[in-house]
Amino acid sequence: MAKGDPGVTTRGRRAAPRSKRTASANAGDPALVQLLTPEGERIESAIGPDGTEYRVDFTDEEYRGLYRDLVLVRKLDAEATALQRQGELGLWASLLGQEAAQVGSGRALRTQDMAFPTYREHGVLYCRGIDPIMPLGLFRGVDQGGWDPNEFKFNMYTIVIGAQTLHATGYAMGVHMDGKTGTDDGEAVIAYFGDGATSQGDVNEAFVWASVFNAPLVFFCQNNQYAISEPLERQTRVPLYQRAGGFGFPGVRVDGNDVLASYAVTRHALDNARLGQGPSLIEAYTYRMGAHTTSDDPTRYRIASEVEAWQAKDPIARMKAFLTTQQIADADFFASVDEQARAESVHLRERVLAMPNPEPVTMFDHVYPNGSPELDEQRAQFSKYMESFEGSAH
Amino acid sequence: MATETLTLGKALNTGLRKALENDPKVVIMGEDVGKLGGVFRITDGLQKDFGDQRVIDTPLAESGIIGTAVGLAIRGFRPVCEIQFDGFVYPAYDQIVSQVAKMHYRSQGKVRIPMVIRIPYGGGIGAVEHHSESPEAYFAHTAGLKVVTCANPQDAYSMIQQAIASDDPIVFLEPKRRYWEKGPVELDAPLSEAYPLHSARVARAGTDATVLAYGPMVRTCLDAATAAAEDGRELEVIDLRSLSPLDLTAAYESVRRTGRCVVVHEAPGNLGLGSEIAARITEECFYSLESPVLRVTGFDTPYPASRVEEEYLPDLDRVLDAVDRTFGW
Ligand SMILES: Cc1ncc(C[n+]2csc(CCOP(=O)(O)OP(=O)(O)O)c2C)c(N)n1
Ligand SMILES: [Mg+2]
Repeated sequence: MAKGDPGVTTRGRRAAPRSKRTASANAGDPALVQLLTPEGERIESAIGPDGTEYRVDFTDEEYRGLYRDLVLVRKLDAEATALQRQGELGLWASLLGQEAAQVGSGRALRTQDMAFPTYREHGVLYCRGIDPIMPLGLFRGVDQGGWDPNEFKFNMYTIVIGAQTLHATGYAMGVHMDGKTGTDDGEAVIAYFGDGATSQGDVNEAFVWASVFNAPLVFFCQNNQYAISEPLERQTRVPLYQRAGGFGFPGVRVDGNDVLASYAVTRHALDNARLGQGPSLIEAYTYRMGAHTTSDDPTRYRIASEVEAWQAKDPIARMKAFLTTQQIADADFFASVDEQARAESVHLRERVLAMPNPEPVTMFDHVYPNGSPELDEQRAQFSKYMESFEGSAH
Repeated sequence: MATETLTLGKALNTGLRKALENDPKVVIMGEDVGKLGGVFRITDGLQKDFGDQRVIDTPLAESGIIGTAVGLAIRGFRPVCEIQFDGFVYPAYDQIVSQVAKMHYRSQGKVRIPMVIRIPYGGGIGAVEHHSESPEAYFAHTAGLKVVTCANPQDAYSMIQQAIASDDPIVFLEPKRRYWEKGPVELDAPLSEAYPLHSARVARAGTDATVLAYGPMVRTCLDAATAAAEDGRELEVIDLRSLSPLDLTAAYESVRRTGRCVVVHEAPGNLGLGSEIAARITEECFYSLESPVLRVTGFDTPYPASRVEEEYLPDLDRVLDAVDRTFGW
């Protein structure tokens, strides 16, 4: 299962920074906060647009833990894609390529923090210590979520684009109203959404509300460059992180394929929020390596060379290169992670196959907390009608 | 005359192409309608042939799609807006109900909004939530909007062109689970000779009971009629086609003959189209009725998880069960 929160405090041997480079050496995009290059080279610290210096200070054990998370969430995701191909899931929205953004931000959450996902945050869910089977009922078509957001500190998936950013804002306002901000152990909230979602009215309203109510909220936008077929340029003329400025809170762009930087910027933003300093926006710059969902055919709208260019920035390959060259992990470790991933995905598959179909009559359940006489009557008629087929070949 | 066999989806695509050819002010706008050709490929190839000024991939914002289409319409364009799925029309609901529907009225007829809002609707495709809903009553309840839905490729082809040519704002509901069903389409028939947009049509003549349906349920009811015929009962199936305004002339005539009427739709029964239809049939045909008008509809629950949608949706058995009940009254 997922390991615990690695935290910022470190135990055991510290992995000394191996490079004195700073992010300004990142010629491609000076605004991009990066702590691990695509080649696996460690950058000691990076400066954000508002002068914030980002760094991480992980033990070797923690570095290995992040690698394990990345491999596991990718493998479980691939298993879900396979299950869909075999007709066991109705649909799957793959996170392939976005593992670092999700593991980095997911591990940056403290136990008391609350997350509002879209439909793609399987990696964040995993890092919260939640059983990866939990969202599969929705994709299999046996339920529509069915979990308690408060129990898991993880809201149900939201398919309607952008709606959850307002829910996150309201929740964060509630945290503030409950007096749970202003201290190190205060609560913070994170809202996930995509680049496409930034065009929705709801998301822009969430920016306004979070801003004027100083909500303890981190807007975490995974810019994976596409909203189904539409490229980023159809949603914006400015880099997305710069939108924050107009709403009155800080914005930062992080290399979303760099798990260390994703962790660092999210941890910093969450801690600011819990201390009462209000919202911020993180744009995790990444790429959707696969199709939008299993229903999609990306060859209709993007070229192979673009995908290949991003392949070279793979979040797992760079972490593996780093762990190897710094001798933080050896072949045995990598093999054991692969074995664990294989075992967990087999376990997941077995449990998906064993998921029962709901009894049809359960569709009448939970429409209202205390029932409704009209609906109770409909349920009774439905049961009677279904019974009329018993014994027949229906 | 060129008659081709097309799927319902391809018939829509062909009708949209014709509309773009015939009127330079027609523009198509929506999410993923360009290169991708829409998630159901209804606009496939249109951006390639007409350019990205006429087939516009919009930012991801439904209120924006409809709101800007209002402006385009005031400017003299004829926007054809695609909403990707039924469950995603609600962010645009305010624009549709408060703006689109009322412009003509408020301007005392000086502003026309010749807009078509295309929405793939209904269930039966095993989709996740928000992808299987039937929102027609919300729109039919709103004065100033017209609401139509097609049930076969021929109607898809002509009705989409008629809707675009109409000066009314029209919500055009497409039965997504029937997109792949094939039928003959007369491609060259002039639009002026097409069956009128807001008229119902008898889809199958019969003598024993009248079944009223629209959109995806027409096929279901025709299948039910075939099954009933094997048992010696002739059902008359009427495809309503236009939900606002409703054209019940054929239905009244039919019910006066058969004395029995069943209305079928996927949307929940409570305050659905069936309620209005049942009331009108009762008012008009009271002395001919042998039994109350019965409704076969989705239940008054949210659209359920797809693994139980078959039980939620009206099917042949439920239609026949209702017909039986009209005889047992
Ligand atoms: C309100 C609404 N409109 C349309 C859709 C259909 N849809 C599902 S995902 C998607 C694109 C989302 O893009 P983005 O926000 O970038 O997130 P990503 O899928 O790339 O993670 C669209 C248009 C929807 N789910 N909700
Ligand atoms: Mg995206």
